[in-house]
Amino acid sequence: MSDGKIIDLIDRALIIATQDGLPLVPRPWHAIAERLDITPAEVTQRLAAMLEGGIIRRIGAVPNHYAIGWTANGMTVWDVPDEAIDRLGPVIGALDFVTHCYRRPRALPEWPYNLFAMAHGGSRDEVRAKAEIIADLLGANCRARDILFSTRILKKSGLRI
Amino acid sequence: MPEHRPELDPTDRRVIDELQGGFPLSPEPYAAVADKLGISEQDLLQRLERLLSERTLTRFGPMYQIERIGGAFTLAALAVPEERFEEVTAAVNALPQVAHNYRREHALNMWFVLATETPAGIIEAIARIEQATGLKVRNFPKEREYFVEMKLPVRA
Repeated sequence: MSDGKIIDLIDRALIIATQDGLPLVPRPWHAIAERLDITPAEVTQRLAAMLEGGIIRRIGAVPNHYAIGWTANGMTVWDVPDEAIDRLGPVIGALDFVTHCYRRPRALPEWPYNLFAMAHGGSRDEVRAKAEIIADLLGANCRARDILFSTRILKKSGLRI
Repeated sequence: MPEHRPELDPTDRRVIDELQGGFPLSPEPYAAVADKLGISEQDLLQRLERLLSERTLTRFGPMYQIERIGGAFTLAALAVPEERFEEVTAAVNALPQVAHNYRREHALNMWFVLATETPAGIIEAIARIEQATGLKVRNFPKEREYFVEMKLPVRA
């Protein structure tokens, strides 16, 4: 690829053709291939290569958490000492109820938290109980904490390039 | 929660759980998944269409990691005055770079994910939101990813 990009123009066209979702027809790869004027085999080979390279995380359905029963969704946030967070982050991320776990910068003084872990439950009390499990694992390395419950999905379209 | 809760039958639940896994790259992938679930391809496609149109599923397709192709994601937040909430929501959501946006209970009450094709695009998008709303955007870019798993089973 002469311009030094990781993907070429056909991959880019494939991303644009599929970022809204796959065609709901018996032969979706054929339908995409026709639109891009390439062969169905090239569509699946390129998708397979992007899966392999981690450009595609997975191909599948993204549910609305509320609609499938996870009615309490809390972003749990924690202030963990810098020297401990990279040891503890993977431990928190490994909990089965945590779907996303990241280290992010603090915004002092109003935002002291640097560990973000999304926890889901059927009720707020269930999410709070899960946050207690995180607190126990962090122990003395939890200097401050909060849970930000979501009350509305304002947008959930996924990325658009 | 003001979100709607459509009725899901047991087959819907199995469809949702199955489709959160790896979708086959075979020539007739819906037929392959339908076979696995013991339903017809037509039934699967009809259910998928309904689940998407009633927003039980928000998307069905590849999930791209824009960072792997030179782009960037960030999580950002705004403290929106209550009386301006709808107006600011519309202004923020109008940007195609806004991939998700959630209202949360906190002084920082609007949290959104920006996804852009270049790292500079994040700075631009933040500037546009600040200009459009007159509010200060707090940017919380990811420094380390410890775990991401977007799957959640359907709760009984």
